[in-house]
Amino acid sequence: MSEPPRTPSQPPAGGSTGEDRFEAVIGLEIHVQLATATKMFCGCELSFGEPPNTRTCPVCLGLPGSLPVANARAVHFGLMIGMALGSELAPRSIFHRKNYFYPDLPKGYQISQYDEPLCRGGRLGDVRIHRVHLEEDAAKLIHVGASGRIHGSDASIVDFNRGGTPLAEIVTEPDLRSPEQASEWLKLLRSTLRQLGVSDVNMEEGSLRCDANISLRPTGSDELGVKTELKNMNSFRFIERGIRAEIARQHKILAAGGAVEQETLHFDPASGAITSLRSKEEAHDYRYFPEPDLVPVAIDARMIDAARADMTELPAERARRLERDYALSAESAQLLGFRGELGDYFEAVLAAARAFPPASSSASLSEGRGEPAPPAQTLANWVAGELASRLDDGQGPADSRVAPGALATLVGLVAAKRVSVGAARQVLDRLVADGGDPEAIVEAEGLAAIDGGEELAAIVAAALAANADAAKRVREGNAKAIGPIVGHVMRETKGRADGTEVARLVHEQLGV
Amino acid sequence: MSDVVGLSAFDAAHAIAAGSLSAEELFEVYRARAASDRAAGEDGLNCFTWVAGEPPDADAACAQAPLEGVPLAVKDLFCTEGVPSQSGSRILEGYLPPYTASVVRRLRTAGVRLLAKTNQDEFAMGSSNENSAFGAVRNPWDRQRVPGGSSGGSAAAVAGGLAPWALGTDTGGSIRQPAALCGIVGMKPTYGSVSRYGMIAFASSLDQAGPLTRDVRDAALLLRHMVGHDPCDATSLQFPHQIELPSAERLDGVRLGVPEELTGEGIEAGVLAAFDASLARAQELGAEILPVKLPHAPHALSAYYVIAPAEASSNLARFDGVRYGLRAKDAADLLDMYTRTRHDGFGAEVKRRIMLGTYALSSGYYDAYYGRAQRVRTKIAEDFRAAFEQVDLIVTPTAPTVAFKLGEKTADPLAMYLNDFCTVPMSLAGIPAISIPCGLSHGLPVGLQIAGPAFSESRVLDAAHALEQSIRFELAQAHV
Repeated sequence: MSEPPRTPSQPPAGGSTGEDRFEAVIGLEIHVQLATATKMFCGCELSFGEPPNTRTCPVCLGLPGSLPVANARAVHFGLMIGMALGSELAPRSIFHRKNYFYPDLPKGYQISQYDEPLCRGGRLGDVRIHRVHLEEDAAKLIHVGASGRIHGSDASIVDFNRGGTPLAEIVTEPDLRSPEQASEWLKLLRSTLRQLGVSDVNMEEGSLRCDANISLRPTGSDELGVKTELKNMNSFRFIERGIRAEIARQHKILAAGGAVEQETLHFDPASGAITSLRSKEEAHDYRYFPEPDLVPVAIDARMIDAARADMTELPAERARRLERDYALSAESAQLLGFRGELGDYFEAVLAAARAFPPASSSASLSEGRGEPAPPAQTLANWVAGELASRLDDGQGPADSRVAPGALATLVGLVAAKRVSVGAARQVLDRLVADGGDPEAIVEAEGLAAIDGGEELAAIVAAALAANADAAKRVREGNAKAIGPIVGHVMRETKGRADGTEVARLVHEQLGV
Repeated sequence: MSDVVGLSAFDAAHAIAAGSLSAEELFEVYRARAASDRAAGEDGLNCFTWVAGEPPDADAACAQAPLEGVPLAVKDLFCTEGVPSQSGSRILEGYLPPYTASVVRRLRTAGVRLLAKTNQDEFAMGSSNENSAFGAVRNPWDRQRVPGGSSGGSAAAVAGGLAPWALGTDTGGSIRQPAALCGIVGMKPTYGSVSRYGMIAFASSLDQAGPLTRDVRDAALLLRHMVGHDPCDATSLQFPHQIELPSAERLDGVRLGVPEELTGEGIEAGVLAAFDASLARAQELGAEILPVKLPHAPHALSAYYVIAPAEASSNLARFDGVRYGLRAKDAADLLDMYTRTRHDGFGAEVKRRIMLGTYALSSGYYDAYYGRAQRVRTKIAEDFRAAFEQVDLIVTPTAPTVAFKLGEKTADPLAMYLNDFCTVPMSLAGIPAISIPCGLSHGLPVGLQIAGPAFSESRVLDAAHALEQSIRFELAQAHV
């Protein structure tokens, strides 16, 4: 068995408290909207910004006499999530009613799972999973008035389009120790869920929502401190900021000899303020009891097989495979594995590079030359480094104008020393802007590498003449002095010269 | 006119199919009778909360339907599109649902026409029909007496000749007990055999729709067209076979079990006498009468009054004034709107059960109440399974008393709850049970309950038919 991969960034425990006396203990509760065709307990299609209250029916409006029927597809997705997290899948799980009054809850109860969830246990990366269960989303309340919250609003209106959307709630064990680690781990989870295809996992749109349970304890202690539950962190940045602010708040209390109170807190991303929603005494008694309108969810071999058949390779597995099969560095493999869109693109580029005939068809550049495909690590660097850095936030490489075959060709040209790295970067700029064929761009822009022949030798000679001082110092053994000479050559050649070849020629002509 | 009202639903359907009776005429006769009761208000039976203004158009596809043209009265709590469906409650006064209950749709497809909605105890909570926001229903045998509940409007309408037959619902006896008190036939089928979709819920794990009819054959006929799996109700099941119209005249070889727990203490002498006479008749018809034990049955009422209110407390949470029904005006804030809406909209019995149920589900009390009640329920189901290894059917009186006077038990909820003493065990076990009239006590009808294992409806109906043919109970004197 291989070790589970560590999440990419893992600061030392307690790093964010600013002190070593306390360490933070963090667990997450993640709500994932499932990308089913219809709602959790009725046949309404899921809503994507339709006019309010147009995706509703007697069931999701909680009209008298209506009854829920569990969505088999949501159960299927729940099983896939359980498999991806290595959870134990319950042969029989049941839905409960969670009773409380609120205008976004039309039945006066939420159908959720309680003590017999669909999945128990598991692990993702270095974080253990407590459970995964299915439930229905609430409707959306819009508070009219200055406050934007129910208190102080002039009116509140309800849009039931979202009400009844299937949710998977994933609860972790309290294994996280810092805001950064929590955010990084959540990115791994998001990537995993996206790879599974069970959710859009878009935090801004609310299809991925995260609450954090946070407590502090003396560093080295095994006991858990009093925890608070922090809600409403709807971006990765806010998760880090919110958790950091709550750790600081608790730290201040404990450092002053006080005691943290168990309560539910609201994080306001605008002001960074943390306010209390309700204390332990005000906590709801949800009066959970088995939902009598539904039958138990019985998982049989056929359902397990169907879920398994729909499983795709998951980020952590992919990282292991990329590292093993292509000899990528651990860092590259993890980056490409965890960011599925980069991984997919990398594998497409790799396939294109390996599919090329020994020489490409472009006569002017490749005539008579047979070149091996560039190493996978080089391709990975170009995908995850050069290309990714040129894309907008949120844009995947597959959405760009750069075809995988084009990038493979470009990297091949560099590997064959027919285009310098500098020139290739210019070509890539053009590809990102306009797309096209790198060889044609090289041709049109005159970016082909200058061969190590007489043309380059003459330019080097001219550069030595123009930089006599530097040439003298190189001759005297000052290796760094070569910089201005190489720079001169690059200017003259518009970057088309190969730096290594230039240096070789400089040393040759100076006789050192 | 009166000869039309004298027809059973079965005979009326046949007469319409044979062309000797016009569906429109039949409908108009009943519509006029129902409308006049509604117009009479307190002077009538107060059976109805809504009566059709004119005959509804027959569905074109139903021309050859088996129940073509037979009018049907439907308990208020079944949702009927565009027709008031209020479950006897102020909080739903005037509520017009945008959809129709599955079982009503099914019956419409079979050809029945919606005649009227019937009065009931609020949210089906009651045994006397005195808990309706729309006034008490009166028993056609004696207008000073209750018809039973909660399907009291349906029972009184059928007994009074104001509808050929009616739909009711039974949670702990709400079809069988009013059928008994009104001298008609009422059947609660196996739990899951009739879709609950569109029935305004009282207690989800117990509620079942069933027929209230003048005779056993009508009950079988209506039930035949009610059962069947509904994809909109996760607890509904495919009925394993077609329900046969009963024809048995004898009970040869049938073993009838008499549970001592439900046939002794607490049962009125006149009721017991009619029950014993029925047993003697059954023996004459060839049945074998055997004592059986249902050791946990005496605890059924206690378990029922935990489970049903617990489910009700949750089922009724949706009546919050936000989306439909009553909303208290000028509320100060959200909590004030909730509390005042529910304070004004619910009657005393409903509030009592919401409080009972909320308490039973509360953190720290769940195991002692709801958990224990569920264990008792399991024991009761096991008792029945064991009993049905020794006997084919179980017989008891349906209700411990005949129809009592209006107001007689309203001050004493526990005395009222005892009405369901004999019917609740079958509800908890989810098994089918029928009530048929078996005689009179003090001039008022007595009901005989016959119960069988799950999905044994055809056998139960056969036995009920054989006894009915022998008893020859005379209903006509109740007709208004």
